[in-house]
Amino acid sequence: MLSNKEKMLIVEIWESLTPVAEEIGADALLRMFACFPGSKTYFSHLDISRGSPHLLSHGKKIVLALAEGSKDISQLIVTLTPLQIMHAYQLRIDPTNFKLLSHCMLVALSCLMRDDFTAVAHAAMDKYLSAFAAVLAEKYR
Amino acid sequence: MPENSVSADLQTGSDKMVEWTDFERDTIKDIFSMIEYDVVGPAALTRCLVVYPWTQRYFGGFGNLYNAAAIKGNPMVSKHGTTIMHGLDRAVKNLDDIENTYTELSVLHSEKLHVDPDNFKLLADCLTIVVAAQLGKKFTGEVQAAFQKFLAVVVSSLGRQYH
Repeated sequence: MLSNKEKMLIVEIWESLTPVAEEIGADALLRMFACFPGSKTYFSHLDISRGSPHLLSHGKKIVLALAEGSKDISQLIVTLTPLQIMHAYQLRIDPTNFKLLSHCMLVALSCLMRDDFTAVAHAAMDKYLSAFAAVLAEKYR
Repeated sequence: MPENSVSADLQTGSDKMVEWTDFERDTIKDIFSMIEYDVVGPAALTRCLVVYPWTQRYFGGFGNLYNAAAIKGNPMVSKHGTTIMHGLDRAVKNLDDIENTYTELSVLHSEKLHVDPDNFKLLADCLTIVVAAQLGKKFTGEVQAAFQKFLAVVVSSLGRQYH
């Protein structure tokens, strides 16, 4: 349940991060691979070493999708339909991994924003990422 | 109850010792030497109470927890946050025997405080994020992994005496 204030905060944060989408996306992914090695199994076909073009482009895709979704959270189910289909029928990533990436995204945000990543911002962002993950997994079964 | 927490479950059988690499030992000790317990502790506990408001159920005697500002300014929250860090310090000083170090604390949390052990993971995640903010770029993925491994052992040990 997101208040209007929280929704605005989320949009603000993602807007400020869009210029560094590659960096923050790659950072979150690298953290996930370091902390939760099982997550690497979904990337055996890509070069996910630090600085690799695959990693940067994949990180960018994820952040841009998060930014886009934040613009109208009430419409996530509509905005995410193509991604829902991709994840359910093609990628079939176990949804537990969404939580792992969400956590690492929060850590990445915290490292970057430091004191600006307040408890209130953290709470709002955690709720948004949970909602995003839940919608993403909706077509799985 | 949503499963928000991600601190990895460590399956330490009672006879299995946790093995730490040199990097992990050094990293954990470095982190704890770099952070101020009376800053990080209160910040982490505050964050847990704000981000996961249901955890407030264990702090009924703490007074005003009405909103983020109230929680942040609450002296009992601060004091308890610092206490938690000193508790973690004991684990840092006993990396090879965290389980036994925490036997009494585990019993306390289970039998007296009746804290659902899932909450330990929530606090651990908040602590990770607070330490990340403190250390910034120094909190690399590898450092995060070592820190999270430590917290996973702590969380597991605190849950061991629940029956």
